[in-house]
Amino acid sequence: MARQVSRRSLLGGGAAAAGVAGAFVVGRASEGAPAEHAARPATYAFRGAHQAGITTPAQDRLHFAAFDVTTDDRDALVDLLKKWTDAAERMTQGKPAGTVGPVEGATNVPPDDTGEAIGLSPSGLTITFGFGPTLFRTDDGHDRFGLADRQPRALRTLPHFPADNLDPMRSYGDLCVQACADDPQVAVHAIRNLARIGFGTVSVRWSQLGFGRTSTTSVDQSTPRNLFGFKDGTMNIKAEETSDVDAHVWVGADDDTKASWLAGGSYLVARRINMTIEVWDRQPLGDQEAFIGRSKDTGAPLSGGSEHAEPDFDMPGSGGLPIIAPDSHVRLVHPDFNGGARMLRRGYNFVDGSNSLGGLDAGLFFLAFVRDPDTHFIPIQTKMAANDALMEYLKVNGSALFAVPPGTKAGEFVGQSLFS
Amino acid sequence: MRKTLVVTALAVAVPFLAACTENADSSDGAADGGNPRALSVESSDDACKVSAAEAPAGTLTFDVTNTGSQVTEFYLLGDDGLRIVSEVENIGPGLNREMTVNAPAGSYFTACKPGMKGEGIRAGFTVTDSDDEPTTSADEQQLIDQAVSNYAAYVQDQSDQLLAKTEQFVDLYKAGDDDAARTLYPDARTHWERIETVAESFGDLDPKLDLREADLEPGQEWTGWHRLEKDLWPQRAEDYTPLTTEERATYADDLLANTQTLHERVGELTYTVDQIANGSRGLLEEVALGKVTGEEEYWSHTDLWDFQANVDGARVGYEGVKPILEQKDPQLAGELDARFADLQALLDAQRAGDGFKTYDQLTPDEVKQLSDAVNALSEPLSKLTAAVLS
Repeated sequence: MARQVSRRSLLGGGAAAAGVAGAFVVGRASEGAPAEHAARPATYAFRGAHQAGITTPAQDRLHFAAFDVTTDDRDALVDLLKKWTDAAERMTQGKPAGTVGPVEGATNVPPDDTGEAIGLSPSGLTITFGFGPTLFRTDDGHDRFGLADRQPRALRTLPHFPADNLDPMRSYGDLCVQACADDPQVAVHAIRNLARIGFGTVSVRWSQLGFGRTSTTSVDQSTPRNLFGFKDGTMNIKAEETSDVDAHVWVGADDDTKASWLAGGSYLVARRINMTIEVWDRQPLGDQEAFIGRSKDTGAPLSGGSEHAEPDFDMPGSGGLPIIAPDSHVRLVHPDFNGGARMLRRGYNFVDGSNSLGGLDAGLFFLAFVRDPDTHFIPIQTKMAANDALMEYLKVNGSALFAVPPGTKAGEFVGQSLFS
Repeated sequence: MRKTLVVTALAVAVPFLAACTENADSSDGAADGGNPRALSVESSDDACKVSAAEAPAGTLTFDVTNTGSQVTEFYLLGDDGLRIVSEVENIGPGLNREMTVNAPAGSYFTACKPGMKGEGIRAGFTVTDSDDEPTTSADEQQLIDQAVSNYAAYVQDQSDQLLAKTEQFVDLYKAGDDDAARTLYPDARTHWERIETVAESFGDLDPKLDLREADLEPGQEWTGWHRLEKDLWPQRAEDYTPLTTEERATYADDLLANTQTLHERVGELTYTVDQIANGSRGLLEEVALGKVTGEEEYWSHTDLWDFQANVDGARVGYEGVKPILEQKDPQLAGELDARFADLQALLDAQRAGDGFKTYDQLTPDEVKQLSDAVNALSEPLSKLTAAVLS
């Protein structure tokens, strides 16, 4: 224990540098990174009113894992959540997963940290936990952990949407862990070590890597591009829009009396959306822009202005249709046509190699945090699946919904309010 | 592309002669001082500034920027002020589109149409004699007319056959002659698949006739070909309850009624060359998205009939505009001929009896070869429309 070191101190900044923003510019993730990284803190607090990794400025890399709980023992589940809390807090602060460390312990036992993050900056790692519907009630109605009467009203398996072709082994799960960092190896290190801690209590059901953020959650970030080549998330809720975050992201204290433990938390929708990249790439530029409703170059709506200009959906275009077409993506998902509902999207581009036909197994791993999926996701997704010109190029093969408990306060374990 | 052939309004529309539009590349030197055929146009709410009032005959490029606050269009009109020689539509505020046109010597008008209203802001424009004088015009119009009329006849013929075979199929199915219905099923659908992009332009009919079970919306009733397909080939279904005689009649009569409606509407359609070329591309997309993956005919595995029919329709569309393409881009025509032949050879290798092997009989390697051939054809095919219109 005495030899326990912070990864940060291995970088030459010295152990005293804890918490100093920008002190870790020699870290691997910073090489050649955009300037906006330099201003970002290397660490985010694990504890707070809300879990980190939601309004936190979206990091560049993701490893997301869904777990099945393999025991019916409630105490074992709580014990795991305590261990995960401890390990997650340590890793987000740039420390090893275990209390000993990757190389500091006895040589005749396996290290309690796997070691691949030695020498890497904390890279803005956040670890966010969620609970799936099957944690409360199995598919056949079994209340394994005495939690059924606390199941949030909207936490249930999402309905089938057109174009869903779900692989059960890329969908669902009792628990989820979202690890985001600016260095992919730091994110993978987090999931790997949490999975290891969980053996015997949970097993990994599926996991997904994301290599590039497709959303912006802070006004300080530029809008990234998805694999269609378009700027994505222009309309996203930003952390600085605090009243919108409260209205659309956090579950309110009175939203759900049976699940008051979820107040201050959120719902997380995860969808693995495959893009048929090769077919998309053969679409003329003008068609691509018409499908999206925005300029591919600047991201401006086709009705004009800059990227963040409000689209003018009434502006007439040639041929009797509005310039922003009725089936364009920007129109269908815009809050003006969805009862004002907004999402906090936090998705990532993924490429998992190639499929059996040699096409890219690639797309968008969609992540969105919403206050209520019944008002903020399901109606919008239903409409999009039926009408959006983009659907021609999308196939969804993974889907899951989780309730994300509120932040973990000092002395608590993650999700404690559910179990108390 | 959207699967529609007819209804979609795209940025390109060419009523008469050759023209094409594409996004201007700001680095290509368009509208620079050195090239008299590269012109720039600034379309504001109340002005239409063209960088020059004349240009030598040949391929002219107009780089149109919309500096106004509403959608604009730009036209090159004939000396009567009516005939549209070329146009570019749907230029949103702040956006930039390029129009290229082969213009012979003569008098013209340029026109910007901010807000797309009225006659537009016009000015005279002169194309002077030059050694690069384009050679087409009357001949080309003849080729276009021929392509359009041939394609209309083809679609009509396929629709006739689709209706006739659907009637037969419905009778067999309702009578419980399942073996004969199964034999006719892929044959009848061939006529649908050959004109799929036309049929799918009727957004209300397409889901009633051709929806797959996986694409149903919650609460939506499943009707059409694939509903009957599952009933005839229930082997892959779990806990499947066969349709009763009454249910069979209901679904079969519905299929026939919608096919009759389709047939009536097809008879009223007219086509343009860009629609024909886009339809050819669209049919290959149908192959890439649904057939080569074996998803279209999930229950019957008769995907290769659909595959062949899509390719048939794509080839007919292509061959219709090929005389125009051979004038514009003979190299692309040669490439497309070769790629169509390559794909056809692979399909022919899978023939069995009067039809094809079922898709579950193909090896992964054979599927991959088909997919590769579709990709190899689709890439050059995606350039067909622009080349025909150039």
